[in-house]
Amino acid sequence: MTAVDQLHSELDHPLDPNGMSYRGLAGVPLSLEPLNRKDFASDQEVRWCPGCGDYAVLAAFQGFMPELGIKRENTVIVSGIGCASRFPYYVDTYGMHSIHGRATAIATGVATAREDLAVFVITGDGDALSIGGNHLIHVLRRNVNLTILLFNNRIYGLTKGQYSPTSEIGKITKSTPMGSLDNPFNPVSLALGAEATFVARTIDSDRKHLTGVLKAAAAHRGSSLVEIYQNCPIFNDGAFDAIKDPATSADAIIPLNHGQPIRFGVDGHLGVVREPQTGAFSVVEVADVGESALVVHDAHLADPSFAFGLSRLTDAGVLHRAPIGIFRDAEAPTYDDEARNQVALAASLGNDDQALQTVINGGDTWTVR
Amino acid sequence: MKQVSTLDRVVIRFAGDSGDGMQLTGDRFTSDSAAFGNDISTLPNFPAEIRAPAGTLPGVSSFQLHFANYDIMTPGDRPDVLVAMNPAALKANIDDLPRGGVIIADSADFTKRNLAKVGYDSDPLSDGSLDNYQVHALDLTGMTVEAVKEFGLTRKDATRAKNMFALGLLSWLYHRPTEGTLNFLTTKFASKPNIRDANITAFKAGYAFGETTEVFAVTYEVAPAPMPSGKYRQISGNLALAYGLITASKKAGLPLFLGAYPITPASDVLHELSKHKRFGVTTFQAEDEIAGIGAALGASFAGHLGVTTTSGPGAVLKSETIGLAVAIELPLIICDIQRAGPSTGMPTKTEQADLLQVMFGRNGEAPVPVLAAQSPADCFPTALEAVQIAIKYRTPVVILSDGYIANGAEPWLVPDLSDIPAIDPQLASGTNATDKAGQPIFMPYLRDPQTLARPWAIPGTAGLEHRIGGIEKARDTGAVSYDPANHEEMVRTRQAKINGIVQDIPDLIVDDPADADGQHAQVIVLGWGSTYGAIVAAARRVRKSGRQIAYTHLRHLNPFPANLGDILRSYQRVIVPEMNMGQLALLLRAKYLVDVRSYSRVRGLPISLSELARDLEAEIDQLEGSNP
Repeated sequence: MTAVDQLHSELDHPLDPNGMSYRGLAGVPLSLEPLNRKDFASDQEVRWCPGCGDYAVLAAFQGFMPELGIKRENTVIVSGIGCASRFPYYVDTYGMHSIHGRATAIATGVATAREDLAVFVITGDGDALSIGGNHLIHVLRRNVNLTILLFNNRIYGLTKGQYSPTSEIGKITKSTPMGSLDNPFNPVSLALGAEATFVARTIDSDRKHLTGVLKAAAAHRGSSLVEIYQNCPIFNDGAFDAIKDPATSADAIIPLNHGQPIRFGVDGHLGVVREPQTGAFSVVEVADVGESALVVHDAHLADPSFAFGLSRLTDAGVLHRAPIGIFRDAEAPTYDDEARNQVALAASLGNDDQALQTVINGGDTWTVR
Repeated sequence: MKQVSTLDRVVIRFAGDSGDGMQLTGDRFTSDSAAFGNDISTLPNFPAEIRAPAGTLPGVSSFQLHFANYDIMTPGDRPDVLVAMNPAALKANIDDLPRGGVIIADSADFTKRNLAKVGYDSDPLSDGSLDNYQVHALDLTGMTVEAVKEFGLTRKDATRAKNMFALGLLSWLYHRPTEGTLNFLTTKFASKPNIRDANITAFKAGYAFGETTEVFAVTYEVAPAPMPSGKYRQISGNLALAYGLITASKKAGLPLFLGAYPITPASDVLHELSKHKRFGVTTFQAEDEIAGIGAALGASFAGHLGVTTTSGPGAVLKSETIGLAVAIELPLIICDIQRAGPSTGMPTKTEQADLLQVMFGRNGEAPVPVLAAQSPADCFPTALEAVQIAIKYRTPVVILSDGYIANGAEPWLVPDLSDIPAIDPQLASGTNATDKAGQPIFMPYLRDPQTLARPWAIPGTAGLEHRIGGIEKARDTGAVSYDPANHEEMVRTRQAKINGIVQDIPDLIVDDPADADGQHAQVIVLGWGSTYGAIVAAARRVRKSGRQIAYTHLRHLNPFPANLGDILRSYQRVIVPEMNMGQLALLLRAKYLVDVRSYSRVRGLPISLSELARDLEAEIDQLEGSNP
């Protein structure tokens, strides 16, 4: 064990001045030298459309990676197919631009094989929720230790503008000239339905919030799903204007901060309450109920129902209001840790060539002379 | 003292209801015969339904065993002895029994109701319809229940031991050793002493019944077969495949990562590998076939030996990921244990109809090496070779097996693992080029001139950070490239890399002994995969008839051995038996422009050696008739 590894194993949170615990990165060796943003930029020219929200996410990612303090070569980024999935080409770590929908499955193999790797998945609403929906719910239920950045622009960009599984009903696109018919997924609700242990939502244009959420996601041990509202200026421009426009954002963003009452709006006139009978959450005027009636956010509950209820405050149609922040951050065993534990436990029975020879010989042998 | 008759070979088929324990009975008889020193070959045949309605034809499960005093090649076309535990088992199998064959039937199950279930108007055991056979109608159930009554079992549990009674009787009839089965029962039912003792008692009672009854005038001996000296065990194809994969992983120093989704008849490989985590084996039961191979490929990227196991319908789903593995040029093992198709087909029945799928079932030009095992034990060396190729050439490799060799068993000369050479994965550890400024850099697609393989640099290796993916890569640098000339070069290079594997493939050897005049055969029979046994046995039979025939067998289906074209062209007639509609024949015709003749059978069963021998003789006679 190197001195750095020693440090890593002894300290809960060796890096973050705010006292954040980086359990999610336990086992990943630390860099001996400080890294900076440039170390995480590859030599490839970034080729997204001008004004695309992906640029902001890439910049935030390259900005916060050095703060994690881990070795660059122990970082792996796996993506699927879609505009956002070009992301790995632009970050100078190990990376794989894989197949439509399958990044989470491939990343499961990477993360399970190697504890010493920090694994990130880059995906989009079509990639993760349509063609890759099955793999997404299964990686979440298994709680594989990796961080998923789900770029949600509510449209298919790379195939030039068809509606996506997060597009609002009635969406007029090339493939739905009379309006889309299917009810959209709420990615946060879906993830919580699969009992994901870390689920958050953030916005491409809010660098500070985005960075904070990504760090918390990387710090979490287990599957972390971060839905990033990301604007597509070409095919779905303005989809998130209500929460991005300073004129409307105060009443549109329901901020989730652990341990604090959920209160927002201009002068904090709005708040969230919970119906005692149904458990459903709703937005009310604080003046009507009094501050003491407001729900206090608890991201660490073992039961995902509370976080799921909060996720239902998101508009399913055109977005006017949505909770933003960390819905859930709960501890649970991870698939990859447990799988490695089984291998290690079994290995204690003896795993040399002689042991294998004994297995292959089997019980019933006979000798021909 | 009863008369003892000596035989060279016997084929026994145990048949009963799915719940009657016929597979176990057959398996035990096989083990005892193998331990005795006979050569063995087996054919389990069971329904896909776990418990089809009792006493019906679809519910019949059978196990055929061929044992002999010489090296046999197949489980036998037709049984000499049929053990029928109920009317359905008799009805489903009687057509395969040659006249004069022995039937041992459990008369207790031949009730009016059970007979009616399968359409018998009268009891065939007594109505004279089986007069051409040697019928032994015995109350196996009644004698079993009587023998085990001291253990206070329910009638149902007592009845269940009747397969052991039958096994005991057959063990006596064929002079089998009994210690193996007694030890097996003692271990298997260690936690249930009553069941253990009842089964042991039933087995011994069956044996004693044979000794005391007057029913059987003759018993039979089949002497041990001469085999190369060494330590042997019995092995099935799936077991040999699992052992081969573990051994290869240890020899390469790469932990094995299996990503798999359960599918018949491949699941036993998943089950077996799951037992051997101590050797660094990780088994991931994925949510579907795609995730299984995806995780395996991810593990390969991370420096493990990625493996996925499946059958035809699963192989279809894996196509896109195999294509990605071709593009990113990483080692990956895909095991396709073929079964009868199309679609769900007949999951528990065998076929070889996935050859063209694994050769070509991908978008774009995506060549993949393909190897096929020819027998259960042959799965072991096939797995080793597949891993060597995958690692050396940084490529996905397909191993083809099928339901017949996956579940069938044969004696195996257990290899000494220390005789198996190590596999050097040659992981990249440093830069391999310099940039214009003379700085050392890493080029992930800079190829080895000998193998055309690219470097395998695994995450965690400082200075070799790189990105791979399904988009076309520029030569050397691996950067994304849409350049037309580059694409053409990369397509041709990937093909040349796979074609170049031929340098590691030994020339195909033809078995074609000259006759007294120094003449060789005009007809060659060429196969691949599990038809090996039937082909060799048929060729032997043809030669016994005084005719000449040559045979050879392919393990390497892509690329083919270098001398294959010359072999095909040196015979007047090439016959290719396959359990498909002529898939290898199509490949051979296309590549070598030789007029090969396809011999096609798609019955979900191994090719019949006697039928094949007859047809080969007809071909030879016809050819000689036309060549005065």
